[in-house]
Amino acid sequence: MELVVLSVAILGGLGIASAVILFITAKRFSIKENPKIAEIEELLPGANCGGCGRNGCHDFAVACAEAKTLDGLHCPSCKEETMAKIAEITGLAKAVSVKPKVAVLHCNGTCDNRPRKSYYDGPMSCHIENSLYLGARGCAYGCLGCGDCVDACRFGALAINTRTGIVEIDTEKCVGCGACVGACPRHLIELRNKGPKGMRVYVACANRDKGALAMKECRVSCIGCGKCVKVCTHDAIVVGDNLAAIDFEKCKLCKKCVAVCPRNSIVAVNFPIQKAIMAEGQIREEVNYVENI
Amino acid sequence: MDDKRLIVSGSPHMHTKDTVKGKMWGVVVALLPAVIFSVYAFGLGALVVIFTSVLGCVMIEYLIQRYLVGGKLTVTNGSAVITGLLLAMNLPSNLPIWIILIGCLVAIGLGKYAFGGLGQNIFNPAILGRVFLLISFPQQMTTWPVPFVSRGSYLDAATGATVLGRMKMNELMPENVDLMGSFIGQMGGSLGEVSAVALLLGGLFLIVRRIITWHIPLSIMITVSVFSWLAGINPLVSLLSGGVLLGSIFMATDYVTSPMTRNGMILYGVMIGVITMVIRLWGAYPEGVSFAILIMNGFTPLINVYMRPKRFGERRGNKVWRK
Amino acid sequence: MLKTFNKGGIHIPEYKFTAGNPIVELPAPREAVVTFSQHIGAIAVCCVKQGEHVERGQLIAKANGVVSANVHTPISGTVKSIGKWKTAFGYPCDTVTIVASDEDAAYDAISIPTARTDEEVAALTAEDIKSIVADAGVVGLGGAAFPTKVKLTPPSGSNPELLILNGAECEPFLTNDHALMVSCADEIIEGAGYIMRATGVKRAVIGIENNKPDAVSCIKDRLKGNPAISVVALETKYPQGGEKQLIKAIIGREVPNGNLPVSVGVIVQNVGTAYAIYRAVRLREPLISRIMTVSGKNVKNPGNFRVFLGTPLKTVIDAAGGIPENTGKIIVGGPMMGRALVSVDAPTIKGVSGIVIVPEEESRRMSEEPCIRCGACVEVCPMGLEPYLLMPLTENGEWDLLNRHGVKNCIECGCCAYSCPSSRPLLDFIRLGKFKVNEAVRRKNNQN
Repeated sequence: MELVVLSVAILGGLGIASAVILFITAKRFSIKENPKIAEIEELLPGANCGGCGRNGCHDFAVACAEAKTLDGLHCPSCKEETMAKIAEITGLAKAVSVKPKVAVLHCNGTCDNRPRKSYYDGPMSCHIENSLYLGARGCAYGCLGCGDCVDACRFGALAINTRTGIVEIDTEKCVGCGACVGACPRHLIELRNKGPKGMRVYVACANRDKGALAMKECRVSCIGCGKCVKVCTHDAIVVGDNLAAIDFEKCKLCKKCVAVCPRNSIVAVNFPIQKAIMAEGQIREEVNYVENI
Repeated sequence: MDDKRLIVSGSPHMHTKDTVKGKMWGVVVALLPAVIFSVYAFGLGALVVIFTSVLGCVMIEYLIQRYLVGGKLTVTNGSAVITGLLLAMNLPSNLPIWIILIGCLVAIGLGKYAFGGLGQNIFNPAILGRVFLLISFPQQMTTWPVPFVSRGSYLDAATGATVLGRMKMNELMPENVDLMGSFIGQMGGSLGEVSAVALLLGGLFLIVRRIITWHIPLSIMITVSVFSWLAGINPLVSLLSGGVLLGSIFMATDYVTSPMTRNGMILYGVMIGVITMVIRLWGAYPEGVSFAILIMNGFTPLINVYMRPKRFGERRGNKVWRK
Repeated sequence: MLKTFNKGGIHIPEYKFTAGNPIVELPAPREAVVTFSQHIGAIAVCCVKQGEHVERGQLIAKANGVVSANVHTPISGTVKSIGKWKTAFGYPCDTVTIVASDEDAAYDAISIPTARTDEEVAALTAEDIKSIVADAGVVGLGGAAFPTKVKLTPPSGSNPELLILNGAECEPFLTNDHALMVSCADEIIEGAGYIMRATGVKRAVIGIENNKPDAVSCIKDRLKGNPAISVVALETKYPQGGEKQLIKAIIGREVPNGNLPVSVGVIVQNVGTAYAIYRAVRLREPLISRIMTVSGKNVKNPGNFRVFLGTPLKTVIDAAGGIPENTGKIIVGGPMMGRALVSVDAPTIKGVSGIVIVPEEESRRMSEEPCIRCGACVEVCPMGLEPYLLMPLTENGEWDLLNRHGVKNCIECGCCAYSCPSSRPLLDFIRLGKFKVNEAVRRKNNQN
């Protein structure tokens, strides 16, 4: 009996003593943090994608809590409501809404369009393949299909399509954080305005070779012929270095350039299906996107 | 050339003929003399133990890879066979099958796959299995059949204490140990401890085939010899009795759990030797090789960090790279 | 006991099929494609116009900055086009295409540049020699193609006292330096003399691995009565031809990491470079040709060839009997450090020391297995690095740690990947890590 009492007393005493010590240290060394920070952080996705330009979600929450105005503070992966809630917590005016962005791949060099010319035998890393040679598909500018961007994406929006051999971007999942843009050794991914209902027109090619050479390399390569420039009524297209580029701020989605492109390298996605001009050899999965809407 | 697709990869474009598989099966071959001798010495019991242990380890590895881990099946690379063989070498020949299977499960499941499979384990699986059994079943694990006595029997083999056990109990004085008998295999003990000649043959094979280097075995043996000489025991008695040879040649040299650099290997070996002798002289157990190796396995990552190779062009005091 | 470096290194099968083969002169091509980036450093700037007639050895692209090299036309002819051409690795590069008419070819065949006389050569000062070498566009011919002019101009304050001529040729298959040392020993020695005069170095050593005994004895014979230059036979061990390893092997000094060889008082030049300097100084001929080996297990007539730069690689391979049936991989350079090419239509450039044709069955890598921590890579690394550690660090993007673990010291010799029993692509990742670390360091410096 004595033994039981003694052990209970010792253990209980130890427990109480520890609790007191813990309580004192917690009080003494507690860091006062703006309670808003924790509240805001709760709302954020916690993916630390860096799309806001800060070092992760906590940093963004701190910035929001301490900011005098919310302009310029935008989390690309949050919905409008979330941003509104953050505005509510901070008691500041809601920031001017930022047009949602989405990543697009400037390459359509699928297995059909751009057959394999050599075998790459090494680790699945675009950076390594890119440093060795122009890539198994014989285009020094196009997608290598090893998936460095897929690894960089925190939202599961990118995947290598095993049928086409190039990367595909899921518009629904993509939040436009831009992690993939930096991951691509060939700078093929660009953030563009998502457009109404996700409709957008872009040049799916990055080939800067002269026409004759570019034609040999890929069936849908841009040769910089300039037909699209002539047909565009909004001055949205420029050709430089044998490559056309569409300015997404100026583009009015009229799709005239898509129709006129002799190489089918201008792609229009997410347009209503009856009007969609599906280019020959274009990724079939694009059709599925349209049907989903 | 358009029809011909060339293969492109980064340099180097040549590769050694060494493979993991080759090295693993090399160890198995090196163990064969000891295995054969143990069967010769213990007869039926040895056969049962070895078969159970090897089959058990291979099956458990297969099942774990197939149903738990997934990925490519690598049972054929021989690492499970080595674990099984080494485990068997560390067991007495009259151990019941169910205990052996528990040992296999601990060795492969806990020792290897709990850490992430081949190359990820911190502790040598076979030793982990043996030590687990030694602690869980001390009775069965320390009754050693006497070699050449009851070769036809398995569980009911005639047993006796080992040299080290008798020395621990002060029944046997180090001066009276039959060294020649220990050398060729007259002494009781676990399967692999019986014949020093067979183990040394295997070790020679491993070193000649460059599967292991001399650093770990030699540093263990020298440390054990020096330590026992200082303690007033004939160094040969310490070397030839118990598991020093088996441990230093086959167990401590396991790639995964031993240090990377030469200096690290020597430190590791010396420490194993010291710990072994400390356990033997002052510990509760008569034998300490397994414990010593296990303890040093735990220190291997630390040794790897502190015993780095010296960089080319690095001068003393010129540690620009560390800033 | 032969000299060698003490740390790491591997003994690899040599496969020197063409050892002892004489140098075969390949005729000048009728159409030469000359690229402007045949060296490490800035791309040279074109200085001819389309349709212009050029004469053999005429400057067609000027060096752009200090680390760059002049480019000359290997044949007389007319400039057909100026534009992009794909290199052997598929990336486009600025080039000039020159076409020779029958007259031009006939002219090239008989015209021989007027060599400098002994008096003229004796009158040259160190500066003269340096400018001749720079004008001739000489680059290191061991493979890296670093502009020689830069190497001949050690940074102020350094005190070079020894010239080491690199005749180690530790790469398997390649024998171009070997062939050169046997057939042109006198010229190499004369070239070495010019380097010594240009840099003010009084002593020179030619380091040759002892798998080339004829080259050793050949050069030894010619050196009688020349106390300034000596020959050292070295144990055959890869990568002995690495600059730092060679210095360690010959004089036992380690170049502190991050420093140039001249910090231990040494200048290293390849024997081929010495020969090119000889041709530039004595014969007034710019660097328009080089010796290269075409070899491989199934090549019909492997050999050593003197090739005019700008000749398509295919022509050179055809001279050795063409591409064999079951070719899987064609390597520019040696099999340990060379790069696999993707197109044989690309022209020969200054840095191509050989072409190795690998049969299909040996081209593929073995499948990658988990690291078993055997330490083979640590043991063979000649720079004392830990490749097993550098690879996962690269995979995880730990650039800071990579830098601290000395990834920048890697010489990319490939010993680690060669000896890995799990066939892990160690060097692929280390190379990437090295690139990324350099990039990160540069970014940091720009910010500060």
